[in-house]
Amino acid sequence: MRSIALIDVNNFYVSCERVFNPKLIGKPVVVLSNNDGCAVARSNEVKALGVGMGAPWFKFKDLAKQHGIIGLSSNYALYADMSNRVMSILRQYSPDQEIYSIDESFLDLTGFQSRDLIQYGQDMRKRILKWTGLPVCVGIGSTKTLSKLANHCAKKRPVFNSVCNFNTMPPKDLDDLLGQVEVGEIWGVGRKLAPKLQALGFNTVLDLKRANPERLRQQFSVVMEKTIRELNGTVCIELEEISPAKKQIISSRSFGYPVRDYNSLAESITLYMSRAAEKLRNQQSFAGSVYVYIRTSPFKPDDPFYSNGLTIPLSSPTNDTRQLVNVALWGLKQIYRPNYSYAKAGVMLGEIVQEQGVQTDLFTQIQTSPKSTALMTAMDNINRKMGKESIKLASEGFKRPWKMKQGNKSPSYTTRWQDVPTVS
Amino acid sequence: MHYDYCYNNHMNDNDQYLNSKRGGIRQGAGRRNGTGKFREPTTVLRVPASQTTVIKDFLIAYQRKKLTVDIDAVIDFEWPKLNTPPINLLLYSSKVSAGFPSPAEEHVEKRLNPNDFLIDQMDATFFVTIQGYSMMDVGLLPNDKAVVDRSKQASIGDIVLAVIDGEFTIKTLSRNKDGSPKLLPANSTGAYSPIEIKEGMNFEIWGVVTGSFRRFK
Repeated sequence: MRSIALIDVNNFYVSCERVFNPKLIGKPVVVLSNNDGCAVARSNEVKALGVGMGAPWFKFKDLAKQHGIIGLSSNYALYADMSNRVMSILRQYSPDQEIYSIDESFLDLTGFQSRDLIQYGQDMRKRILKWTGLPVCVGIGSTKTLSKLANHCAKKRPVFNSVCNFNTMPPKDLDDLLGQVEVGEIWGVGRKLAPKLQALGFNTVLDLKRANPERLRQQFSVVMEKTIRELNGTVCIELEEISPAKKQIISSRSFGYPVRDYNSLAESITLYMSRAAEKLRNQQSFAGSVYVYIRTSPFKPDDPFYSNGLTIPLSSPTNDTRQLVNVALWGLKQIYRPNYSYAKAGVMLGEIVQEQGVQTDLFTQIQTSPKSTALMTAMDNINRKMGKESIKLASEGFKRPWKMKQGNKSPSYTTRWQDVPTVS
Repeated sequence: MHYDYCYNNHMNDNDQYLNSKRGGIRQGAGRRNGTGKFREPTTVLRVPASQTTVIKDFLIAYQRKKLTVDIDAVIDFEWPKLNTPPINLLLYSSKVSAGFPSPAEEHVEKRLNPNDFLIDQMDATFFVTIQGYSMMDVGLLPNDKAVVDRSKQASIGDIVLAVIDGEFTIKTLSRNKDGSPKLLPANSTGAYSPIEIKEGMNFEIWGVVTGSFRRFK
């Protein structure tokens, strides 16, 4: 039997803020998404007040006032650095690691089964807490799906003391436990599928575990079959140690202020496309299509609503910022309508192919000329060395009055010298 | 409690009797230098009465440190480091060339990196900026950057970054006779008072200050 662990940081963004601002400990704290839109992390105190994940800030502002909820803008530089520390410490416990998200990591502990894995998990937990100040939970199971559930139990049930190993539980006890967990908690089931499963009588994890995988495959998909097999201990989803190159790259933001004029929109589209193109080159890929979209705010019923997007296929895949921006701006011109207050704009790169798979068009010249490659490499290197946006297209704009609101962002405690905490 | 840093005392005080015919020291008698609990020769020192607890605490901590050095070594040996952080190795590509080989090629070493000097445990190390003069006597001046290592276990006598009721402070960790912790400033002007940690206070050691650095220009 395999032993796969899922380790994740409790209330990650809030916990990071608390490490450097201990006054926040014990207080209700939310971290808000880009542009201070909605809650992306909540402290336990806030969860207890009934604020849901993704709740828009303006909707629970009154509740916040009443209970003294502290709303912080997200500080991704801090979270990324703290995440790297946690992942690096975890790597000391197994050579087989899959970093699943900014605050979650799978570890394959199969080779360590001669040890007491609960103790091993406690060791990880203690070390991460001591070294970084961040609390984590550890779930261990024979598949990734089970380890996710074990992690859920470790977090929700104090009896496990933050480390839960399904593999060492007697099968009957495990089934009893799975009979108490709702089907929606299963990895890959989520909010959309849970009601459908419940309608068929699958209310708990145990119900789904005992389901017939072939039959449910016909009603749902092969993913459902895999999930059921994983719940029964058959590994169907392996650890992915190198994350596969993304098939889509999205770059979009809400604006800090409503934007009405074309030029400001063009600046923002250029900026987002530059970011996206940088990511594209980072994974050595080329995009085959560009999607541009703009929309007004859906939360202002008095303002006229407008939302539109356009996909533009490229004659041959490219990763040159200048070409991608030209295409995106052409698309923007097609969909832009004056006299609206735009709240959001974005671009998406699609039909992404790896470097070696570029198919050239019979009628056009090869778009990735050595000159373009050299220019883009130089641009990326300069920006990596001298800091973001040291060199950029002029059309990205300089003032950016539309840039996002980050009213209450904490300092970059660990990534900027001028921001490290001051202590007397 | 006995401290054998008083031990050698007898020998020195008795020096004046060396020429006496009777009594006095016998050569080779007594415990030999460096075999006491500190594992090194000891000496006598006059200390201010008010500071004896501090100094005793320091000595206990020092003694413990000497002991733990050995214990740590054993723990390290048993602990399987499965995936130790990559070691910087020299990029050493030897080409077959027709010319005269560089006589320096085999002597290339990595250039010194201050990180190696200042940081033991990268993943657990953070920096803070010093404000005020409370730790002046240990060389921490305003705007200095202090290196804080959270992986280290704090001992009495260490400079620590502590959190008291939500506020950060850097002080020397000490202890009262009753065992309760106390934070001492390092400033002989007397402008700063020791901080007693009383029951009901929220006290936590955030990390151990392992070094500091400063730029002049």
